Amino acid sequence: MMKTQTIEEKQYLVRFNADTKSHLHVLDDNICLTKCPDKICTIFCPAAVYKWEEVRMHVGYEGCHECGSCRIGCPHENIRWEYPRGGYGIVFRLG
Amino acid sequence: MPEKFDCIVVGAGPAGTACAYELAKAGVNVLLLERGEYPGAKNVMGGVLYRKMMEDIIPEFYKEAPLERPIVEQRFMMMDKESAVTFSYKGLEWGREPYNNFTVLRAKFDQWFAEKAVEQGALLVCETVAVECIVKNGRVVGVRTDRPDGDIYADVVVLADGVNSLLAKQLGFHREWRPDEVALATMEILKLDKNVIEDRFNLEANQGCTIEIFGDATKGILGTGFLYTNKDTLSIGVGTLLSGLIKHKIKPYELLEYVKNHPMIRPYIQGSEPVEYLAHLIPEGGYHSIPKVAGNGVLVVGDAAQLVNAIHREGSNMAMTSGRLAAETIIMAKEQNDFSESMLDQYRMKLMESFIGQDLKKYKDATHHFERFPQYFEQYIPMMNRAASQMFTVDGSSKWEKQQKIWRDLGSTKQKFKLARDMMKAWKVMK
Repeated sequence: MMKTQTIEEKQYLVRFNADTKSHLHVLDDNICLTKCPDKICTIFCPAAVYKWEEVRMHVGYEGCHECGSCRIGCPHENIRWEYPRGGYGIVFRLG
Repeated sequence: MPEKFDCIVVGAGPAGTACAYELAKAGVNVLLLERGEYPGAKNVMGGVLYRKMMEDIIPEFYKEAPLERPIVEQRFMMMDKESAVTFSYKGLEWGREPYNNFTVLRAKFDQWFAEKAVEQGALLVCETVAVECIVKNGRVVGVRTDRPDGDIYADVVVLADGVNSLLAKQLGFHREWRPDEVALATMEILKLDKNVIEDRFNLEANQGCTIEIFGDATKGILGTGFLYTNKDTLSIGVGTLLSGLIKHKIKPYELLEYVKNHPMIRPYIQGSEPVEYLAHLIPEGGYHSIPKVAGNGVLVVGDAAQLVNAIHREGSNMAMTSGRLAAETIIMAKEQNDFSESMLDQYRMKLMESFIGQDLKKYKDATHHFERFPQYFEQYIPMMNRAASQMFTVDGSSKWEKQQKIWRDLGSTKQKFKLARDMMKAWKVMK
């Protein structure tokens, strides 16, 4: 039986050149708190960038794969999504 | 003094690079912008690159490009919990010139391809984001980049900025994609000894195999898993519509682990070591989601224009051909010094006449159909597995009895009619 790999272990395989400021912005934490019981971005984000912390959304932009799912999938259009500055962000070495 | 080019191509993926290559070859002064550290740094693909469309651009590229393996076998697994019905075609003609397709690792391939465009005379500038198109008097006249004094001007701008397609959206060519117009794919590259790969997949040196996995790879929701052989790595991944992940509240990396640990898949990858994890969106809206692709001074190519045939996992080939057709159109426009929408719209016509428009039209309702009616993946694939198991298990009951059991397993008369109707409908959307 193979050992199941966690998202943290997966992310450890990826090279990131993180910028000092985030390219992802949750516009209003209050919308997450009051209108979004599922906090669905914390589920479908492939890098587990979004983590709900009691009253606010923590955005670990440093590990973002820049796929765009959160921008499209947020049911309240509550995420402002930009590309990281040129040269920053994820750096795929292989695939 | 602002910089001015004949053409700016935004994005050095297969679409943008193909376009820049063809333009540079024809003597057009072209700037190829890439936001990554190098071309390919932001790009992900399961890994199948098609020979024909690449060779339309660079003949005999396979003699020097960094490729993994030419594919000689394509398998399709209809997978249940602990069984699978598998179809396959293996043909050694695919293992020699002119070849059919190859597995590639995009970070290597895209860099090589972009270097080829540079050899033709394109100017490649990396680590630069085009944040918006500069529009004057209703025409695109350049792009604003994130560099200081970063406005660059051109007669025509080609948007090859990938699936997120932010620039075409800003221009109003399409609205934001819906979650059922994009698939989220996660994938891993697994290191495995070359000889072990060849033994497990029944290959000789310099032969490759692709496996597409339907059914339990995605726990019944619409999508596919895949397992492709590279030289000394495997690419394993799973993609589902974003809407499916949302509806079923599934974490994509857990689904990937589910596939990796599935008893039908695990033996292929046993003992391998993960070396990279990647996630990316695939545009899967198909024909109905193709946005406006030509405007005054601007064209849209590749993923940015939703040019993917999800049913046949073709995308990079459509990207390259769309880039090439855009270049042809621009060369013609340059001769007449007319970059208006009515001139550039010839690109759209070329696109629709080509295999791209034809194939996307053929499957225009397929994805939506299978998304709307989940029974194909949820019920019919397990049913197919039960039927195969019943028919091939020798247990002393006669073949007549077995056929009757399979028939009964299809359900009541009403359910059988529904099944027949569903098969007819599936045929209709695929034919």
